[in-house]
Amino acid sequence: MKIFSGVPKHVEEILTTNRRSFLKSAGVLVVTFGVESGTLLTEVNAQTSNAVTYPDPDFRQLDSWIVIHENNTATFYVGKTDCGQGTGTGFRQLMSDELDIAYEQTTCIMGSTDNTVDQGGSGGSTAMERDSWSMRRAAAEARRVLLEMGSVRLGVPVDQLAVSNAVITVKGDASKRITYGELIAGKKFNVALTGANANAVTGVAKTKPVQELKYTGQSPPRYDIPAKVDGSLKWAVDVKLPGMVHARNVKPPFAGAKLTGIDESSVRNIPGFVKVVSKGNYVAVVCEREEQAINAAKQLKTTWEKPATAPFPPSEDLFKYMRTATPTSASRPIVTGNPDTAFSGAAKVIEVEYEVPFQGHTAISGAHATADPSNGQMTIYSNDMKSYGMRNGVATFLGMPREKVRVVWMEGPQGYGRTAADDAGCEAAWIAREIGRPVRMQWMRNEETAWDTKGPAFLVKVRGGLDSEGRLVAYDYSARACDYNHVGYNEPDTVLIAQFMGSRRANPAAGGSATPSEMYVIPNRRMLGEVVSLPLVWETPLRTGNLRDPNGPQSTFAAESFIDELAAAAKTDPLEFRMKMLQAATNDDNGFKRARSIAALKAVAEAYGWDARPSPKPPGNGNILTGRGIAYSFRGQSVVAQIAEVEVNRQTGHVWAKRLVCAYDCGLVVNPQNLRRTAECAMLHGLSRALYEEVQFDSEKVTSVDWMSHPTLRHADAPERIDVLLVNGDPNPNRPDLPPYGGGEAALKPMLAAIANAIYDATGIRIRRVPFRDARVLAALRTAKA
Amino acid sequence: MSKITLKVNGSTHTVDVEPATPLLYILRNDIGLQGPRFGCGLGQCGACTVIINGTAIRSCVTPVSSVKSEITTLEGLSKQGRLHPLQQAWIDEQVPQCGFCQNGQIMTAKAMLDKIPNPTDAQIRETMNATLCRCMTYYRVQAAIKRAAKIIAEGRSKKGVAA
Repeated sequence: MKIFSGVPKHVEEILTTNRRSFLKSAGVLVVTFGVESGTLLTEVNAQTSNAVTYPDPDFRQLDSWIVIHENNTATFYVGKTDCGQGTGTGFRQLMSDELDIAYEQTTCIMGSTDNTVDQGGSGGSTAMERDSWSMRRAAAEARRVLLEMGSVRLGVPVDQLAVSNAVITVKGDASKRITYGELIAGKKFNVALTGANANAVTGVAKTKPVQELKYTGQSPPRYDIPAKVDGSLKWAVDVKLPGMVHARNVKPPFAGAKLTGIDESSVRNIPGFVKVVSKGNYVAVVCEREEQAINAAKQLKTTWEKPATAPFPPSEDLFKYMRTATPTSASRPIVTGNPDTAFSGAAKVIEVEYEVPFQGHTAISGAHATADPSNGQMTIYSNDMKSYGMRNGVATFLGMPREKVRVVWMEGPQGYGRTAADDAGCEAAWIAREIGRPVRMQWMRNEETAWDTKGPAFLVKVRGGLDSEGRLVAYDYSARACDYNHVGYNEPDTVLIAQFMGSRRANPAAGGSATPSEMYVIPNRRMLGEVVSLPLVWETPLRTGNLRDPNGPQSTFAAESFIDELAAAAKTDPLEFRMKMLQAATNDDNGFKRARSIAALKAVAEAYGWDARPSPKPPGNGNILTGRGIAYSFRGQSVVAQIAEVEVNRQTGHVWAKRLVCAYDCGLVVNPQNLRRTAECAMLHGLSRALYEEVQFDSEKVTSVDWMSHPTLRHADAPERIDVLLVNGDPNPNRPDLPPYGGGEAALKPMLAAIANAIYDATGIRIRRVPFRDARVLAALRTAKA
Repeated sequence: MSKITLKVNGSTHTVDVEPATPLLYILRNDIGLQGPRFGCGLGQCGACTVIINGTAIRSCVTPVSSVKSEITTLEGLSKQGRLHPLQQAWIDEQVPQCGFCQNGQIMTAKAMLDKIPNPTDAQIRETMNATLCRCMTYYRVQAAIKRAAKIIAEGRSKKGVAA
């Protein structure tokens, strides 16, 4: 068994001259991973500072996407990053298919700004749905060009050639053959592509119909996993540079505080102390060794002035505050039919509110980056999922020419949006320039949990009117998201260090709210999504950013809980109630969302073994109450229906999701195993948000600072069984142009509602406030009993 | 500063550091073993786990001067180029998402299986409960532990037959 060597191929290529000279860019660097002899990776040809520039790989050049090597292997260069869902494996499958090369003969290099074209990195579950198309078209074009070259070399027209596993043969005479490697052998294609941007890029060749894809739809194991389990992979946190020092931040003890003094003498006695760096309200300490920097950050004496007014209400008053705040957004409801008239004629009207608090990204490790300021350039080693955005952000923040800055993407703790609003890259780069040495920055646990970007809190008021037949005839949904000044794209003027240094954007980001995503036929409906702001907008730990389907889980919790409440009021089975509303029309969108919604709900119910009956179940006698809940939604064109079966402990209030079933329709499935794993984990992420996650704060600061005060799902919470069914509800499921839809986020979306609905089914208790921690469930059980 | 000698994965290293320094930083920054990772620095998450005397230890809260026995890190699990059955099971089950915490998952599972070769579901949940994963790979980690336990047991019985 081979033990894997670990240094990521893309980093190795960046640090060697091959790729750089191939693309005609430059660099200077000595990087080591580990300190033992033999791990010195490379010494790159040092050049004068004037020569160091990092141009953008030209997305209109085929050579920027694909290199064919002499040994008949291929390297694919893509402008994406992987947050842990194995997208690189999927890209290799698709591109191998279009190029007609064996999957095993390929590698994929991702997301480093001077090495791969700018496709924006990751975000929005767009990897397969949007960004894979240009990769496929480039691979198809490479195949076309190689066939033409083969035609010249073999002396027969292209239509008399066959190609398989990167070997071109003459039809009917397999002895006449030539490999891709022999044809091009590491040389350039020099073929221009067309298209307005990296995602529109195309050659002359057409991509293959689905039926001709060989690797697509198979499940080759993820290529990144072996080095992740044998300890050999080198991550962004592992980078070491000669002369590198360690930095740690000193955050204000109160939100909105003003720095009034730093006593540097309080840390000068720390061995290895290098410097305190500060500007405005930003403070960091730099030491030779990591533990020294950690100690210095704790020990540094600083004084701060509290803001004149409270930055935010305490978390227990958040929803009261949101209810009465004046929205920062315009109120533009989407209205169909005549809701007011319908409500006045309704036989039964229900009106309730749902509350979802701020929830943290709380990545398993803090934000981190290492910056190398040598020779007038700046290289940042980072796990930023939008590495290209970071490059632009850092260049602007530092006032450096863009071509003097590059970001080398490496693996890191899960992205899910946090690393699109990365803070450490700008911090490391700024400090590195201040002190003129390479700097490694990493956030501590309390800092990351308190100050990372948050998923916005939601307050949702919903009103529904049923007619005498129990049909939903009037619907009024009104959501308020605490999401003003939403950050999340590496903007140099809103990154936290810039805020601390006094940057104030004239027009903060408007933020977003959300209305339900479903295809129910409700004749009269009004839907409104509004945004509100906390009092403190800048330099606040309660800043919002994209958290895995940024508003979807919150709005779907409200919308799909409410549908369940209506079904219960109509004394109808909750699945039947949904199905009737989906089947009440036959019109559909161009992605067949109605047909696919119906198919997904049918599939999940059948796989679970759904017994049709209204909720709640007749009350049980034992200590453990069981129930099942269903919810469905879509994100983009991906449709997801889920059923949760829960056990609720009547004595403790503890909820255990014993079984989860998911029907997932992502269109064309590139790698079924990867998609199933991603869905399993997204569902449990939703479960964690349903049961545990809440950012707590008093009126001065965030008090959630670790895994005790911002709890998360744990091993004991794992379901006994998870089933993920990959469904294809397309009316023409075998159509040759079936496209792939996003797979990374959608499976999280309905889970909060499915759990709430299952708790209701088990107990008759409707919990409208997330999370459903033991104490909240127990209190609700006791209130109901009283 | 004082000179401290550590035995890690069969090799001996002498470092000159503050005795109170957490073992994690010595392993990562001085010895170059970066399998253990910083997650919380509080002993709450397990990303920094190493094995000492058969016990899974949180190296982020373990002063280097307190370490008297040999340390095993993730890098030390494979022997003569052969992956440990747990590592193979992790690949076979395709466990990781981002993978950052998986050092803790694998090392905690290793210490458990060394003591309890055939753990029940309840024992797995209890032993692993303080080892956190924010990608939520728990379900698949547990499946991989059971798979590895089976492989190890089969290996033992084969050896038994041969003997």
